[in-house]
Amino acid sequence: MSRLVIIGNGVAGVTVARHVRKRSDREILIISSETKYHFSRTALMYIFMGHMKYEHTKPYEDYFWKKNRIDLKQDLVSDIDTNAKKLTLASGEEVEYDDLVLATGSKSNKFGWPGQDLPGVQGLFSYQDLELMEENCKNAKHAVLVGGGLIGIEMAEMLITRGIDVTFLVMEDRFWGNILPYEESRLIQRHAEEHGVTFRLETQLKEIVAGDDGRAKSVITSNGEEIACDFVGLSAGVHPNIGVVSQSDIEVGRGILVNDYLETNIPNVYAVGDCAEIKVEEGRNRIEPLWYTGKMQGEALGKTIAGQRTKYERGIWFNSAKFFDIEYQTYGFIPNSPQDNISSFYWQHPDKELCIRINYESDTQVVTGINTFGIRMRHEVWDKWLANQCTIKYVLQHLRDANFDPEFFKRYEQDVIDTFNMQNPESKLSLSRLNWITKRFTREQAHAN
Amino acid sequence: MQTSQLTWIVPVRKGGLSLFLIGLLVFVGMLVINTFTLTDNALSNAISNESHRQLLSPHFADLKGNTVSNKASFINEVRSTLNQYNNTLNERYSISDSDIAAIMAEVNALGHYELEQLTNALGTSDEAAYKIKKLTDYTNWLAGAQGKPLSEIEQVLKEKSVEINVNVTDITNGKRIYDYELGQYVYGLTKSASSGLVANNTGLFFFLSIILGTVGALMYIVPDKYTGPAGIKNNNIFFNSSTNGGFIGLLATFLLVAIYIALYFFPEYIIEWVALVDPLFKGLNGSGAGPWSIYGFVYTLAIVVMGVRMFIKYRHSNYHLTRTTSLVFFQSCFAFLIPELLIKLNQPSTDLKNMWPLDYDFFDAWNLDSLSSSGGIGMFMLVWGITLFAIGVPIFTYFFGKRWYCSWVCGCGGLAETAGDPYRQLSDKSMTAWRIERVVVHGVLVFAIIMTGVTLYTYFTDVKTIAGIDTYSFRSAYGFYIGALFSGVVGTGFYPKMGNRVWCRFGCPLAAYIGLVQRFKSRFRITTNGGQCISCGNCSTYCEMGIDVRAYAQRGADIVRSSCVGCGVCSSVCPRGVLKLENGTVNAVVNQSQKDETVQIINVMSAEEQQAMAK
Ligand SMILES: Cc1cc2nc3c(=O)[nH]c(=O)nc-3n(C[C@H](O)[C@H](O)[C@H](O)COP(=O)(O)OP(=O)(O)OC[C@H]3O[C@@H](n4cnc5c(N)ncnc54)[C@H](O)[C@@H]3O)c2cc1C
Ligand code: SF4
Ligand code: SF4
Repeated sequence: MSRLVIIGNGVAGVTVARHVRKRSDREILIISSETKYHFSRTALMYIFMGHMKYEHTKPYEDYFWKKNRIDLKQDLVSDIDTNAKKLTLASGEEVEYDDLVLATGSKSNKFGWPGQDLPGVQGLFSYQDLELMEENCKNAKHAVLVGGGLIGIEMAEMLITRGIDVTFLVMEDRFWGNILPYEESRLIQRHAEEHGVTFRLETQLKEIVAGDDGRAKSVITSNGEEIACDFVGLSAGVHPNIGVVSQSDIEVGRGILVNDYLETNIPNVYAVGDCAEIKVEEGRNRIEPLWYTGKMQGEALGKTIAGQRTKYERGIWFNSAKFFDIEYQTYGFIPNSPQDNISSFYWQHPDKELCIRINYESDTQVVTGINTFGIRMRHEVWDKWLANQCTIKYVLQHLRDANFDPEFFKRYEQDVIDTFNMQNPESKLSLSRLNWITKRFTREQAHAN
Repeated sequence: MQTSQLTWIVPVRKGGLSLFLIGLLVFVGMLVINTFTLTDNALSNAISNESHRQLLSPHFADLKGNTVSNKASFINEVRSTLNQYNNTLNERYSISDSDIAAIMAEVNALGHYELEQLTNALGTSDEAAYKIKKLTDYTNWLAGAQGKPLSEIEQVLKEKSVEINVNVTDITNGKRIYDYELGQYVYGLTKSASSGLVANNTGLFFFLSIILGTVGALMYIVPDKYTGPAGIKNNNIFFNSSTNGGFIGLLATFLLVAIYIALYFFPEYIIEWVALVDPLFKGLNGSGAGPWSIYGFVYTLAIVVMGVRMFIKYRHSNYHLTRTTSLVFFQSCFAFLIPELLIKLNQPSTDLKNMWPLDYDFFDAWNLDSLSSSGGIGMFMLVWGITLFAIGVPIFTYFFGKRWYCSWVCGCGGLAETAGDPYRQLSDKSMTAWRIERVVVHGVLVFAIIMTGVTLYTYFTDVKTIAGIDTYSFRSAYGFYIGALFSGVVGTGFYPKMGNRVWCRFGCPLAAYIGLVQRFKSRFRITTNGGQCISCGNCSTYCEMGIDVRAYAQRGADIVRSSCVGCGVCSSVCPRGVLKLENGTVNAVVNQSQKDETVQIINVMSAEEQQAMAK
C-alpha cells in the first residue's frame, strides 16, 4: 500500500491527513518533532495565562489518530532524499514514502540584533518556546517587546497577567501599522495602554545588553534610549521553516515554492501551510502564515493527494484576532493607508471601544472590505456581499443581517447608518425592516457544510 | 495611571477573604459549641406523642440530668437508647424464665397462686402491666386454688407463657418507634436538650457567620470591577488549586459533601444552623425554620452573592447579565419567598417553577391529596404543574431551546451558573464521559417515569405491590439514590472536582427530557461563524456540560446537542467570536435587484485628503 508521509503535525499537515483519510485507505504517517500530538499553536497564550492546560489545546482526543489509522512519530526529519524517496530522521531511522507533504511551519524572525541570542531573549512560536518563556518569566519584572504584530500583542497580554510591565518597541508610527489604518491602530493602542502596555513608536531595537549574570539586562533603542528589562520578546514576524528542505532538490525561495495545487518542482512532493510560498504570475509570491489558510490549503491538498486534483483558492479574504478584550475581524481587503478611488467610511462609538470601517470603490460604490472591532459579523453574509459586489448602500441598509453579536447585546446599525447619512446628507439611507419575527419564526437554515 | 495598580484593591480583597473565612469558621464552629442536657421538659418538647413519651421516658433515665458536651456522643446515646428500646421490645414484653422464677418465689412463700402476687413479682412498668394483664387472662382459674402442688403451678405458668409470648408482636408493634419517628425524635431531643447558646443569641451568631461571610465575599468579589477593562479574564484558573480541582477544591468538596450528608441523613447535627435562621423564617412563614430552611436560605444567598460575581465578571455581556438576573429572580422569589409566604397563608407550599420529573414527589399521594384538597389554589397548582412539563416544555424548548429553563429559570441551574461558575472548566470533555452521560441521564429519566407510574398506580388502585415488589420501594429507592445521593451529595458536593453541572448533565431527568426535545425538535442551535475557528479550545474547556464545542466549530458545523444548556459561555470565551446561540437563522441571500443601488456621495476624497483627515 502506498505511503503518504507528512512532515509537521501543525494544522496544515493534520488537515491534509484528515482529508486524505476521508477519501482513501492508504497508509498515512505524520512525523513531527515538537509534540507527539497535534495541538493548537494559537492557544499557546492561554496555557501561559492559566486559561487552559496543554491537554485542552489538542483539537482531537488521543484515540482519534489510532481510530483513523493516522500513524504518528515524534522525531526530527534531518534529510530528504527525493530520488530514493527516503527520509532520514534524527534518530537515524530511515522512512520511505510514496507521497511527501512538507508542512514544517514557520520560525520567528531575528534580524541579527546584537544580543539576540542571550538568555532571557526569545520569540514565541513553538511549545518549547512557551516552556522557555515560563522559565524566563519566573523572576521577570519588566519586559521589552520588539515588533508590533499579533504575536507581540499576545505576548504583552501574557506577560501582564504575571504582573510584568511591558514596553513595546514599534517600528512604524502606530501599532501594527503595516496592516491597520490610523484610527483602528489608535483604538487598539489606547486599549493596550489601558491594560498597562507602554509604547515606544517609531523606535527600533539596536542592541540587547547582557548583565553580569550573562542574561539580558536592558535594550538600547534606535533613539539611544536604554530600557532596563529582564525579558526581551522578539515578535517581529515569522518566516517559513525550510531548513531541512533547502539541502534537497526541492526548489525554495523565501518558502518552499509551490504552484496553485501546492505541488513543488518534484513530483509527489507537496508543501502546505506556513512553509509554502505560492508562485504568483504577477507581483509578489504569497506566503500565508495563518491558521485559516493552513487549514484551507490542507483541505485542497488532501483532495489532490487522494486523487481529486484541486486548486487552492482562498476565496474572499478574511482574518480575525483579539487584542486584549477587543475582537477584530476583517473581510475583503482594507489597506493600511488611504488609496485613490477607494472611499472609506469609518464609524467609531463615542466612548466604547467599537468601530467599523467599510471601504468601497469611489465610482461604482462597490464595497471592497470591512474592518470591525468589538462587533462580531457573520462570515457568510460578508462573504456573499463581497462576492456579489454589493454597494455601500446595500450593505449599510442590510447591516443588521450581518450582526453576529450574542443576543441582548446593544446594536449599533442605526448609529452607523445615521453617521453615514450625516457625512453624506444626500443619501438618507434607512435600515431594512427589522426581522425580529422572521429571525425567530422562519424555517431554520443550517450554516454547516 | 493604570487601573490595575489601584492600591486599595489588594488589601480590600485580602480583608474580604479573611472576613469570609472567619464567617465560615463561625458558621461551622457553632455546630460544636452547645452542651446537651436531657430534661423532662426536653422530652415533652421533642416527643409530642404522649404514649411514646411515657414508654420512652424510663429508658432515658440514665441520660437525664447529665450534661454532655460532645454533641456526637449525645446524639449517639439518644439514638442507641431509641434503638435499644426497639430492639429489646419483644424480649421485654415476653414473659421470661426469670419472671416465672420471681412469681414462683411469691407462690412459694404463700403456698398457693394469687393474682396480687404478679404485681409484687413483676412491678408496675408498662411491660409488667402488659404481662400481668395477659397472665391474669390466661391463669385466672388458677388463682386462689389451694393445695395445688407447686410444681404444677410452675408448669402451668410456663405453658401459658409460651402461649402468650407467641403473640407478643401484636402488642409490641403498636409500641415500636418507626424509622421516620425515630429520626424526628433524635432531631427534636438534640434540639430541645441543647444549651441553646446559638438559639439564645441568634443575632450575634447570624452577624458573625452569615453577615460577615457575605460582606467578606462581596469585598472579595466587587473590586474585580476595578482591576481593568471588562472582558473575559480567566487568568490563572488552572494555576489555582481552588479552581483546578486541586487541594483547596478537595477541601471544599469534603465540606460540601459533609453538609449534604448531614442535611439529608443526620439533620440533628445542624440544629444550630436551624436555630440561626429560625427568627427569620418565623417572620416569613409564621412557624419557624426546619433543616431545609437553612439549606434554602444559604442556597439562595449563594446564588445572590455569586450572582453579583457574575454581574461583575461578565459585565461586558448583556446575555449573561440578563440571564443571571433571571436566575436570581426565580430563585429568590419563586423558590424561596413565595413558598414561605404560602405557608404563612396556610396554602400548600410549592415552588411554581419546579416541575416533574425534577420535582419527583409531585405525583406522591400526599402531594396530590394536599393539592386536590386545598381548593382553588391547590387545583391551580396541580394543573399548572402538569401543564408546565406537558405543554410548557415542548413549546418553549421548540422556540428557545433547553436554556429557557436550565440556565434562565431552574434552581439547580441557578446554583450551577452562579456559585458553580468558578468550576465550569472541570467538566470532563472526553468521548467516554459523553457515552456515560447518555446512558446514565436517560436511565434516570426512565427510572423516574417508572417510579412515578408505579406511585400513581397505587394511588388510583390502592394496590400496593407489583410483581411482588412493594410499590413504595420504587419511590424510596428513587428518593435515596437519585434525590439525595445523586442530586445533592454528588451533584453539588462535587462541584470543585467534577464541574458545576454534574447533576444536570448526568442525573437530571428533566434535563434529559428537555434535552430530547432540544435535540430533535427545536430551533435552537449554536452556529459557527464560517471558517474562523482557530481550534484553541477555550469553548470546550469552559463548557460546563462537557460538550466538545470545538469539535463542531473547527469543522464549521452547528452545535445541536441535547445537553447544551445555552449558558452562552462558549460564545463569550471564544477569542474569535465564532459561536452564536440562535433560535433559527435566516438564510443569507443577496437581493440581486438592489445590490447595485448607489447613493449620492457628496465628497469623494483622494488618498491624500483621506490621509490628512485621519491624522
Ligand atoms: C502565538 C501564536 C499565535 C497565533 N495566532 C494566530 C491567529 O490568531 N490566527 C491565525 O490565523 N494564525 C495564528 N498564528 C499562526 C498559526 O498558528 C500558524 O499559521 C499555523 O499554526 C501554521 O500551521 P502549519 O501547520 O503550517 O505549521 P506549524 O503549526 O508550525 O507546524 C509545523 C510543525 O512541523 C514541525 N517540523 C518542522 N520541521 C520539522 C522537521 N524537519 N522534522 C520534524 N518536524 C518538523 C514543527 O516542529 C511543527 O510542529 C499564530 C501563531 C502563533 C505562534
Ligand atoms: S455548548 Fe456553550 S452554551 Fe451550551 S452548555 Fe456548553 S458552554 Fe453553555
Ligand atoms: S473558542 Fe472559538 S476559536 Fe477557540 S476552538 Fe472554540 S470556537 Fe474555535
